Amino acid sequence: MPLDMQPKGCILSGVMDAVFKALADESRRKLLDQLHKSNGQTLGELCAHLDMTRQAVTKHLLLLEDANLVAVVWRGREKLHYLNPVPIHEISERWIGKYECHRLQALGDLKKGLEQTKTDKKG
Amino acid sequence: MEKPKLVYSTFIRTTPKKLWDAITQPKFTRQYWGGAKNVSDWKRGSKWEHVFEKEADPVWIAGKVLESVPPKLLVLSWADPDKPADKSRVTFEIDQIEDMTCLKVTHDKLKAGSKMLRGVSWGWPRVLSSMKTFLETGKGLNIFAGR
Repeated sequence: MPLDMQPKGCILSGVMDAVFKALADESRRKLLDQLHKSNGQTLGELCAHLDMTRQAVTKHLLLLEDANLVAVVWRGREKLHYLNPVPIHEISERWIGKYECHRLQALGDLKKGLEQTKTDKKG
Repeated sequence: MEKPKLVYSTFIRTTPKKLWDAITQPKFTRQYWGGAKNVSDWKRGSKWEHVFEKEADPVWIAGKVLESVPPKLLVLSWADPDKPADKSRVTFEIDQIEDMTCLKVTHDKLKAGSKMLRGVSWGWPRVLSSMKTFLETGKGLNIFAGR
């Protein structure tokens, strides 16, 4: 793999610390939401949707790359950012486990359904 | 060049050779990839198939080996055997970094809004987490949990 395609943050120990640190910030969660909506955005595209300076977005993206929550692909001179859900899946596997999945899914659906109804009434 | 659709990366405490074998050898894939096996001689130009032996319709994915540089690079075409024209492409890049191995999986040429895109978006994080757990502990995860 060419050097510029290597993801950052190749440190195994402390990887989970980095993931939690990265997720503990509202702006970084917004960045991940943006990538979830449209994967593979450039810095410029991400800045257009966020109320942050270019410098701030750059800083947050580097932290997300270090935590391996964002994977990077170079297309010529364009740096494309991709949401990498693998570390988040590892967290869910570690603490949620396979047996609780169904129940949590049901609770999640219930919450969504109730909130949906509430919004509908308001509207 | 079209934008790739999905890019995943994970760091595993293992060697590139073991990681390569985990992707290509049925005796390993069975233990973390939901019981499936990947069948091919893994030579450039050969066919490959992703097979669930117990299913009535066992071949889930079929394609060709587009590039093969063990244990560093494997590029596969990827299609539902019933829709061979809807081909996407999967690239496995394997890199050793001191005592661990970085695996980067890129799945591109996927059709927007397709069933395949939905399926693999659901599947890859599970398969890759399970592969990491398998290589580090000897036992994979139940990748179909909660389905």
